[in-house]
Amino acid sequence: MNNSIAFYTIIRKEVVRFMRIWTQTLLPPVITQSLYFIIFGAFIGSQVGDIRGVSYMAFIVPGLVMMAVINSSFQNVVSSFFGSKFQRNFEELLVSPTPNWVIIAGYCAGGVLRGLLVGIIVFAVSFFFTQPTIHNYFVIGLFILLTSVLFSLGGLLNGIFAKKFDDISIFTVFILTPLTYFGGVFYSIQDLPEFWQGISRFNPILYMVDGFRFGFHGFSDVSIWMSALVLIGFTFLFLGISLFLMKKGVGLKS
Amino acid sequence: MNAIDVKELEKTYSNGVHALKGVDFSVKAGDFFGLLGANGAGKTTMISILTGTANKTGGMAKIFGIDIDKDHNKAKRMIGVVPQEFNFNIFEKVVDIVATQAGYFGIPRKQALENAHDVLQALDLWEKKDHPAMQLSGGMKRRLMIARALVHKPKLLILDEPTAGVDVELRHGMWKYLEDLNKNGTTILLTSHYLEEIEALCRTVAMIKKGEIVIHDSVKKVLRSIDEQTYVVNVDQVKKNCEMDAFQWNIVDDTTLEVQITKHQTVNAFVKLLDEKGITVQDMKPKSNRLEQLFLNVLNE
Repeated sequence: MNNSIAFYTIIRKEVVRFMRIWTQTLLPPVITQSLYFIIFGAFIGSQVGDIRGVSYMAFIVPGLVMMAVINSSFQNVVSSFFGSKFQRNFEELLVSPTPNWVIIAGYCAGGVLRGLLVGIIVFAVSFFFTQPTIHNYFVIGLFILLTSVLFSLGGLLNGIFAKKFDDISIFTVFILTPLTYFGGVFYSIQDLPEFWQGISRFNPILYMVDGFRFGFHGFSDVSIWMSALVLIGFTFLFLGISLFLMKKGVGLKS
Repeated sequence: MNAIDVKELEKTYSNGVHALKGVDFSVKAGDFFGLLGANGAGKTTMISILTGTANKTGGMAKIFGIDIDKDHNKAKRMIGVVPQEFNFNIFEKVVDIVATQAGYFGIPRKQALENAHDVLQALDLWEKKDHPAMQLSGGMKRRLMIARALVHKPKLLILDEPTAGVDVELRHGMWKYLEDLNKNGTTILLTSHYLEEIEALCRTVAMIKKGEIVIHDSVKKVLRSIDEQTYVVNVDQVKKNCEMDAFQWNIVDDTTLEVQITKHQTVNAFVKLLDEKGITVQDMKPKSNRLEQLFLNVLNE
């Protein structure tokens, strides 16, 4: 059995899907993030002043790119996975000899590709508002890749547990969005009172945004190695849970 | 070599329904096998376990000698399945649905497209290849599922009610296609509500009732075992008070009789008797399909 062909087939199907409905998958995050650039970056940012030596607009660019990557990766996998469960065409994979890890890898790769594509477009849009600065390409690549893998896995887990369409928005609305907004996209946690700084450290998204921002500006609120470790830890945790649930057939097999 | 070997197969769903109660059966390689049973008897559950969409709770199943507990993925490579309900992405193009399935079976894209072309041609769907599946008629959707099941050239084809909702002409076309497939070596397991379909196509039949196999034999033997058959006889004029005690019969209307012929009696004897009584037989036919009669007998036991 050639697993790479099955893997490639899943990716192909995923890419065809999100490209076919690009007005729902690629356009909205670009518009939303552009509004943030205009309102927070240009209008309000001009009154905020510099943060640790960079303009407020330049400060929020990495956070907004990351936010778009997180949402797009998560949304791609949760909607595609749950959609195929709901229409029952997931059975096409269940009756095939494709191993579970290939199914997980294929769906995640689909999520990562959409996340990266949206991230690149949002970053390109930021050129209209501020001069891009790059401090370390490797850190940027590592954080964006790990984050999109992690949230693709998150989308997969949500898709596995979801029983109805409402279930795929509950996690986004009540957990993902608040964590993203409190994850240091719009501010440095060093500017928060100590108590809130402590609370913020429990938010995994903080580490992603912070490490990613280091790649652009060369400064971070927490050590980037600590951030990378948190990301890798969560990725393996989510991967382990996904493999276990798929093996058991939770939410997929009767 | 058996294509399917199932021993003491058990399935209890999480809601407590005991769908399979230790089912034993086997299907010889190359056979055309019919699985009968009322709705909810456990046919679909059994197919789901074999094909990987349901987990068994006990027992053993082998596909061409491969234990599904040991290497289900290897076993799945030999199976093509046509489920009872449509389960493709209705937004996807016909050719993509079929070629993608080939990809899941490890067939490279170029070869997958060639295979998709072949099966879609054979099932008369090639002209619709670029249409989204939702635009197909009911019969075309059924054929699409057969095409998808065959794209990786499986040794065993499992069809769960493939002709439900398909018109007569199309159904006969599908029968012909399945017969040819079987002649070329594909083992076929079929469930159907149309008992004439099982009788016309299958060489072996099993009947499942409330999660247990109650009949498992060649179609010929099963039919021979039927104790009696009811015939509807059209005559010129029914004569009341006719003495024909050797047979169990009754009057339907002025020109119609019904008679039960047991396996120790002959139709000939009954016709002769009518002739002696001065009643002319115009035509006669079995009241129901023979397998249907057996099916009803078993259900009512």
